[in-house]
Amino acid sequence: MKRVGIVSYGAHIPRFRIKSADIAVAWGKDPQTIANGLGIIEKSVPSLDQDVATISVEAARAALARCNINPQDIGAVYVGSESHPYAVKPTGTIVGEAIGATPSLMVADYEFACKAGTAAIQSCMSMVIAEMINYGLAIGADTSQASPGDALEYAASAGGAAFIIGKDKIIATINDTYSFTTDTPDFWRREGRKYPAHGGRFTGAPAYFRHITSSAKQLMERVETKPDDYTYAVFHQPNGKFPLKVAKMLGFSKEQVQQGLLCPMIGNTYSGASMVGLASVLDVAKPGDRVFLTSYGSGAGSDSFDITVTDQISEFSRKKAPLVSQFVEDKEYIDYSTYAKYRDLLYWE
Amino acid sequence: MRDVAIIGTGVTKFGELWDKSFRQLITEAGSKAILEAGVSGTEIDALYVGSMGSGRFIGQEHIGALVADCSGFSHLHIPSTRIESACASGGLAVRQGYLSVASGINDIVVVGGIEKMTDVVGSEATNTLATVADQEWEAFFGATFPGLYAMIATKHMNDYGTTREQLAQVAVKNHANGALNPNAQFKREISIDAVINAPPVAYPLGMLDCSPVSDGAATVVLCAAEKAKKYIDNPVKIIASGQASDTLALHGRREICTFDSTVHAARMAYKQANLKPKDIDVAELHDSFTIAEILAIEDLGFVKKGDGGKAIDNKITTLDGELPVNTSGGLKAKGHPIGATGVAQIAEIVAQLQGTADQRQIKDAKIGLTHNIGGTGASCVVHILEAM
Repeated sequence: MKRVGIVSYGAHIPRFRIKSADIAVAWGKDPQTIANGLGIIEKSVPSLDQDVATISVEAARAALARCNINPQDIGAVYVGSESHPYAVKPTGTIVGEAIGATPSLMVADYEFACKAGTAAIQSCMSMVIAEMINYGLAIGADTSQASPGDALEYAASAGGAAFIIGKDKIIATINDTYSFTTDTPDFWRREGRKYPAHGGRFTGAPAYFRHITSSAKQLMERVETKPDDYTYAVFHQPNGKFPLKVAKMLGFSKEQVQQGLLCPMIGNTYSGASMVGLASVLDVAKPGDRVFLTSYGSGAGSDSFDITVTDQISEFSRKKAPLVSQFVEDKEYIDYSTYAKYRDLLYWE
Repeated sequence: MRDVAIIGTGVTKFGELWDKSFRQLITEAGSKAILEAGVSGTEIDALYVGSMGSGRFIGQEHIGALVADCSGFSHLHIPSTRIESACASGGLAVRQGYLSVASGINDIVVVGGIEKMTDVVGSEATNTLATVADQEWEAFFGATFPGLYAMIATKHMNDYGTTREQLAQVAVKNHANGALNPNAQFKREISIDAVINAPPVAYPLGMLDCSPVSDGAATVVLCAAEKAKKYIDNPVKIIASGQASDTLALHGRREICTFDSTVHAARMAYKQANLKPKDIDVAELHDSFTIAEILAIEDLGFVKKGDGGKAIDNKITTLDGELPVNTSGGLKAKGHPIGATGVAQIAEIVAQLQGTADQRQIKDAKIGLTHNIGGTGASCVVHILEAM
């Protein structure tokens, strides 16, 4: 594969948080049992004026702030989300306009449950390799929905990350990527429905675990690596437990996963989840570090990436935008009634 | 009435079988049993299949014909009948097959039991299971099976001093047995502490006091006893079949710590076999909840009423006890695909009496009993089997 990789990146996480214990109390559940069962302490909540467009713009601006790229040199913007503000009308055009990348620009919104953002990275990679564009902007962001009282409510949060993909001055080379895809209906949201539905325990073994392990094993076989070869590993994180379990199944240690594991503190940012994890890893990565990433999107598929951090990262201006850890720490707690207002759970006429 | 023997059994793995459909499961169990018996399709006089809720679990009724069809028998036009009696559907299907052979009408009958429960989410499975409670007087007011059995457990604790630990021991014992059963849903041991500290379901019952939601199927081939040895060397005779009913709702009973349906079905079976409880060497009992096994050993006369909780401490029902109960792991550990359960109980006792139960084999088992309950004891089927 021709040399291609990450030129810059940025993340954004809304500052409101609700504790899983507070959600549990609202529904008469035992807070400790919920927190232990899901491994989620708190989750981010978007404010009334935050949506996938604003989160994407923030993340994209952060990525641009860290590099010296003229937005006009960005040839494609792909935004992956399952909570695009419009059913018809792209988020990508808003982002493209906001960062000054229009009008010579290819744009599309992607949806593949929680892995649309990594699918956007793959599209940008291939267009860079094909020399159709100099730079591509791939974004994964969500203000994910959860039916009140559903188990999803403890996890569904908001956040996103943007990656500028190119071939010059790359801070991390993407050595290879592989996708494992089947038609597995473990989680879905029908047209016109406000909240997603899911298959309960079916979302585990035959869905999340099968796709991530299959994808990860295939890629490691192709690039002839083993878990020990990586400094960091990032897996999709629908809760705090699954990524640790899948890491163990594949032979990765808890230490390799820790830096990219945000779910316990911010919840599941869906399309943003594995990408915010990767951003968190790049916040601390050193030249030569090897990073393994596997996303998961219900429906279902996984994208795996074998990434090597380059010497370029030493000159990279990380500090020109907030680190993921700063977003995690910059928080303001809200109670369930405020949450209900912000997430449009209340009904009035 | 003529004697009836079992000449073949087939059981699928029980569990969350995401990649196996209703049709695949019943065909898999059926082929195993039919191949073991060595009967051809043209020799089969009738099919019976026990299933509790296929209409709600997979949206499919009319499964008598379906099972004949997917088994490849459609061209033979074999009479095929679906039997439903809640969680006792499987046991009752065996009884119907037994009666048809005993009556002389049929010589060879194949009896299946099946449930495919994991195609629906957990809450829908709970709702479907609640359809076999009294809809007007129990389900309507929010009672679920864990709730009803919890009331029985609470009263048993109050009346007889049964302890939380004694309830937990039932799950611990059955998991230990399940660990030895390759077809069991849970092939792992659990501790008393794990049972007591499991998430609460309905006091005093926790998650590990309850049988799971499962997929699975089981099949047995019945044959007129005088012809059985033509097919296999070691057939097992059904020496008694008892069945009884009771009020649908629990509150209608004269007393809730006794299932009169068990008492009456057992009385019918013991009388037919001319045996007493102490003659039984091994038993598969309906432990849908831990308290249910305690009730069963009392109602079947294995211990005195009220002494059921002490059966494990007294080494009565353990694998090395005087009357091992649920060597298969029971509903708790083997799994509880509703319609399959009663048929799988028969298959386990057949294995014990044929000496093919491997690591969980009870030495010198000659006579075995199965006990299959519908709902909270509104129906009950008891069979007694003997090695031939």
